[in-house]
Amino acid sequence: MSHGRHADRDIGVGALARVEGEGGLHVTVRDGAVETVTLDIFEPPRFFEALLRGRRLDEAPDITARICGICPVAYQMSACAAMEDACATTVDEKVTALRRLLYCGEWIQSHALHVYLLHAPDFFGLADAVELAELDRAAVERGLRLKRVGNLVMETVGGRAVHPVNVRVGGFWRAPSPDAIAALAEPLRRARDAALETVSWVAGFEFPDVEADYLFVALHDPDRYPIESGRVGSSAGLDTSPAGFAELAVEEQVPHSTALHARLDGQGHYLTGPLARYALNSAALPELARQAASAAGLGAACRNPFKSIVVRAVEIVFACDEALRLVEAYEPPEPPAATLVPRAATGAGATEAPRGLLLHRYELAADGTIASARIMPPTSQNQATIEDDLRLVVSSGLDLPEEQLTWRCEQTVRNHDPCISCSTHFLDLTVERR
Amino acid sequence: MSAASDRRPTLAVWKFASCDGCQLSLLDCEEELLAVAGAVHIAQFTEMSRAAVEGPYDLSLVEGSITTYEDAARIQEVRRASHRLVTIGACATAGGIQGLRNFASAGEYIATVYARPDYISTLATSTPIAAHVPVDFELHGCPIDRHQLLEVILAQLAGRSPRIPSHSVCQECKARDTVCLLVSRRAPCLGPVTRAGCGALCPAVDRGCFGCFGPAETANTASLAGRLLEDGARRVDVSRLFRTFNAGAPAFREESLANEPRPTR
Repeated sequence: MSHGRHADRDIGVGALARVEGEGGLHVTVRDGAVETVTLDIFEPPRFFEALLRGRRLDEAPDITARICGICPVAYQMSACAAMEDACATTVDEKVTALRRLLYCGEWIQSHALHVYLLHAPDFFGLADAVELAELDRAAVERGLRLKRVGNLVMETVGGRAVHPVNVRVGGFWRAPSPDAIAALAEPLRRARDAALETVSWVAGFEFPDVEADYLFVALHDPDRYPIESGRVGSSAGLDTSPAGFAELAVEEQVPHSTALHARLDGQGHYLTGPLARYALNSAALPELARQAASAAGLGAACRNPFKSIVVRAVEIVFACDEALRLVEAYEPPEPPAATLVPRAATGAGATEAPRGLLLHRYELAADGTIASARIMPPTSQNQATIEDDLRLVVSSGLDLPEEQLTWRCEQTVRNHDPCISCSTHFLDLTVERR
Repeated sequence: MSAASDRRPTLAVWKFASCDGCQLSLLDCEEELLAVAGAVHIAQFTEMSRAAVEGPYDLSLVEGSITTYEDAARIQEVRRASHRLVTIGACATAGGIQGLRNFASAGEYIATVYARPDYISTLATSTPIAAHVPVDFELHGCPIDRHQLLEVILAQLAGRSPRIPSHSVCQECKARDTVCLLVSRRAPCLGPVTRAGCGALCPAVDRGCFGCFGPAETANTASLAGRLLEDGARRVDVSRLFRTFNAGAPAFREESLANEPRPTR
């Protein structure tokens, strides 16, 4: 039996930094092999699925927005989609376009936050973006300017950046004036340039040579890169509706986490998020984003989780470009919202949150109150796959010094931009070597 | 710069049960963030930095409510390590949306979400920070307003009172010339009883205020509830209106309970 320096180790991170919410990580290495990996999620449970019971269907977008302050629009949009599905309501194309514009704002804001403030410092061995600013102030300022434009889109369409107030089931309370939307064009053009610089910047980072055999799950739309709608597809050929997906996705409770673990019935763990979206939909990216991806060395799919930062940067280019297209084509929806007629029914809605597929399913009573709610946030869907990634990274990095391996484990978790607050029911690293 | 030679005041940001949106408001101060990071030493801010400096801290910002035994103990440690402690947002100041459990039994909530309730340890209630430790200032909002947050940080570090209005959203509508939804359309609006600070965002998009900033100081909620009922609102909807993100604030809690539908005998 080997008792060398690295044969038995315990690696532990009590509180993972630069993730949204609270979590930790624990890895045990015995006889030079990874024995256990757990991503501990000790975010206090907030019981959204329970507190939604008995609320009116139109209250769901604002209540579920409070699950996550980083991606509230994702919650609002999935809730609206589910309620409109339940009540068999079709919304005007102009409403859909305005929703997509609002959602582009959230992608730009959330991705810029993750790329510049949460993820990039790892590639420089720095604790945070303040240290990064001491090294390269222009880069951090560029990231903050990008984030600002994302917030500006959310404020213009949604009324405010965190927990927008203008969204309602069926559409919006008031359609923004054409002048207010037109004023977004110039900031978005500058943001698109900054996004292209971001792609070049992150493409130059050094990446650990790791490839994982992911089962990718994302919305899919042959005609356009998915954000607010689409069917659910996978790298194994799945093609189903959000309601169909709700039946296939199985959630299990594990002792070390307040987030539920998801797997696809009969197929095991899967991954949602930028890598999955890109792998299933890169052919649908508009020319500018496709060129940026190609110049950054990305093929039709990317299976190196550390390079998710490059895919995220490409998605910022896409979101700025798409937002500009929507701004130029804007016509206010009239009326701004469709009317829903409540009925006893079940409805499901799935949209692409910046960090992955977000599914809501509601069972409604005849009076329009919520009888039961199920919410599958991207991070709880990704949690088991993140543990698989950790196993891979620790196995291939056993010769690294303790501090370096611990940092790499943390980075492995941050690769997937986990939003722990999001994991309604959901991280901290401990690597233990025995 | 070593911690010993760094004379800048230290700032710590703590998270309890919450959505992260209020601490995000600090990162949302895009134009001011690097200036703030230059003026204060951000010693503890897990969402932003891997580095953590031990206390004591000159100023702690606390987001989130207390919902677990561990957090009830942790807030005591945070208080002991902090010279000034400011709570930010509806979770920290009123218990947040997760405070709706205070109207139900926690066992019922756990069983709805988890197949194995025995793995989950949680308190039956979600309570504001001030219910556990003395708080130097409470900044309201769901989410808080980032300009108000900057004002509070600057005021606390300068040792002066923050200039934060205590009047209602009504006055913000008047200031921006928004037509009164309650009067002109009989739309349910909590503007007359809700603390100012958002800039009356909802009425500006033709939507009644839904009380994100919690009760204003002299809120006459009973009078407003009477008016909403006269205008045709159902009692259960009036109860729901007061029972959201600030349901734990006494004025909203009482009005919500007063309008709760009672079982008929």
